[in-house]
Amino acid sequence: MKELVVISGKGGTGKTSLTAAFAALADNAVLCDADVDAADLHLLASPRILERNDFQSGGVAEITPSLCSQCGLCREKCRFDAILETFEVDEISCEGCGVCVWLCPESAIEFKEKVCGEWFLSDTRFGPMVHARLGIAEENSGKLVSLVRKEAKQLAEKQDRNLIITDGPPGVGCPVIASIGGATAVLIVTEPTVSGLHDMERVAQLAAHFKVPALLCVNKYDLNPEKTLAIETLAAEMGIKVLEAIPFDPVMIRAMVQEQTVLEYDAASEISHVIRRIWEAIGVHMAGILR
Amino acid sequence: MIISIASGKGGTGKTTVAVSMALALDAPVRILDCDVEEPNVHLFLHPEILEETTVAVPIPEIDDKACTRCGKCAEICRFNAIAVMGKVILTFPELCHGCGGCMEICPENAVSEGARPVGVIQSGHSNGIEFVHGKLRIGEAMSPPLIRAVRERVRLDMPNIIDAPPGTSCPVIAAVKGTDFVLMVTEPTPFGLHDLKLAVEAVKLLGLRHGLVINRSDMGDSQVHTYAKEENIPILMEIPFDRRIAVAYSKGLPIVEALPEWKDKFSALFKQIESIIQGKGGV
Repeated sequence: MKELVVISGKGGTGKTSLTAAFAALADNAVLCDADVDAADLHLLASPRILERNDFQSGGVAEITPSLCSQCGLCREKCRFDAILETFEVDEISCEGCGVCVWLCPESAIEFKEKVCGEWFLSDTRFGPMVHARLGIAEENSGKLVSLVRKEAKQLAEKQDRNLIITDGPPGVGCPVIASIGGATAVLIVTEPTVSGLHDMERVAQLAAHFKVPALLCVNKYDLNPEKTLAIETLAAEMGIKVLEAIPFDPVMIRAMVQEQTVLEYDAASEISHVIRRIWEAIGVHMAGILR
Repeated sequence: MIISIASGKGGTGKTTVAVSMALALDAPVRILDCDVEEPNVHLFLHPEILEETTVAVPIPEIDDKACTRCGKCAEICRFNAIAVMGKVILTFPELCHGCGGCMEICPENAVSEGARPVGVIQSGHSNGIEFVHGKLRIGEAMSPPLIRAVRERVRLDMPNIIDAPPGTSCPVIAAVKGTDFVLMVTEPTPFGLHDLKLAVEAVKLLGLRHGLVINRSDMGDSQVHTYAKEENIPILMEIPFDRRIAVAYSKGLPIVEALPEWKDKFSALFKQIESIIQGKGGV
């Protein structure tokens, strides 16, 4: 079984629209949305939720006022400034380390596991999908990413599906690291701008750091053909397989507004043809990666 | 005064707005790029970097001779950063959150504080704008400690503009928490709206005043406008799609430099936010 993870470094380059278009083209795949912080794939895939599960992780300190002697030890030792002068816990600052729980001489601090989000097993017109929603302002997005990827893998094994298409998060931090580890390949979707170039280089370094083979495609390439060339040249130098570039076309946004992939909205458009060719090239390339 | 620029969805134009607003001011201003995973402000301002500092988080260092392998440190660590297996003690610095619990609990005082670099802060200036950004080390997972370190460079004798990362979880919270106003930049598409709603929930949870900039305001549908009206979120600026803006951006040219007529609009945007913060705007 293989897994393709679509990432970008910079946000808003077209990861999710492209992932959904691939889902429309794939024969026997499981869809996975690993951008748990601002998940959007469901807006195009319209999943019917079959199974809903709580994501429990970490926890926060909770002080019982009747037991607290206000000695101040917890305030002194908390490295996250999460205990207020009133001896209440600032839940947003609390890192969930539990040091205060252990230190408190009055045993006045409890530590409760909490629900930080939800994850879902769903059905879509493209096949099964695993996705999640991290609670607002929550931590542990990396853990939730690992969880949805693990569930997607199990589902693929159970249903004998040979491919997982994963929509990844932007950036290079915790959720991205959790998204790409052990993947067959990553597809970096970027745009021909100074930011697109800068951010693609960082995320490509990250993929190299974790030894995940990378492919690249420049979206909206005609906005700046020179930058497109600069990005493709740099990518080739970094050993990245460069795929066909995608032109700028507002049809992508019109399709999104209709909650459709561009292949469903306008199968005859130039951009749909380009995406089909890219998908074929990805298939050929992934077949050559043995892992 | 601290104004943060956030969005939920990535690529909506946070950096464009932050840079253009800073350039439109004719007074001293400090811009702090807290999108430490992918900092971009420098690509538009080309600041002269005068100073660089490495930011590190504390990690445990075990004195192998003093350690009795009692396992208490592994027990208190909720992040699985220490493991004791028989006669072997292992630390996993990349999992450590730097809480210091292992050092507190060790009965032999065998744990001391080491350091794991998470990234660098660079500062300098460009055209009268004071510039600070953080750059996360590639391979490092934890951005909030670096974001908090960038936040410490806020200077209260001038306006501060913070460019926040996308999303709604801990990195965004670290960037916008305690700021005087959150300017949210979105685009009028289903993705833009969905992620905006999440960002608004986060900002409300933090009790922060906020307003909206709608970028590429004529590409998509009217649902963001309807939502803003329903939620009483003021729309402070709309930027229609203009291929000239997109092309200028692609080359690293801020809007106010490519199309000077935007300078007054961004200056007015800043003044409007200033009066909202000072309680004259009635939001």
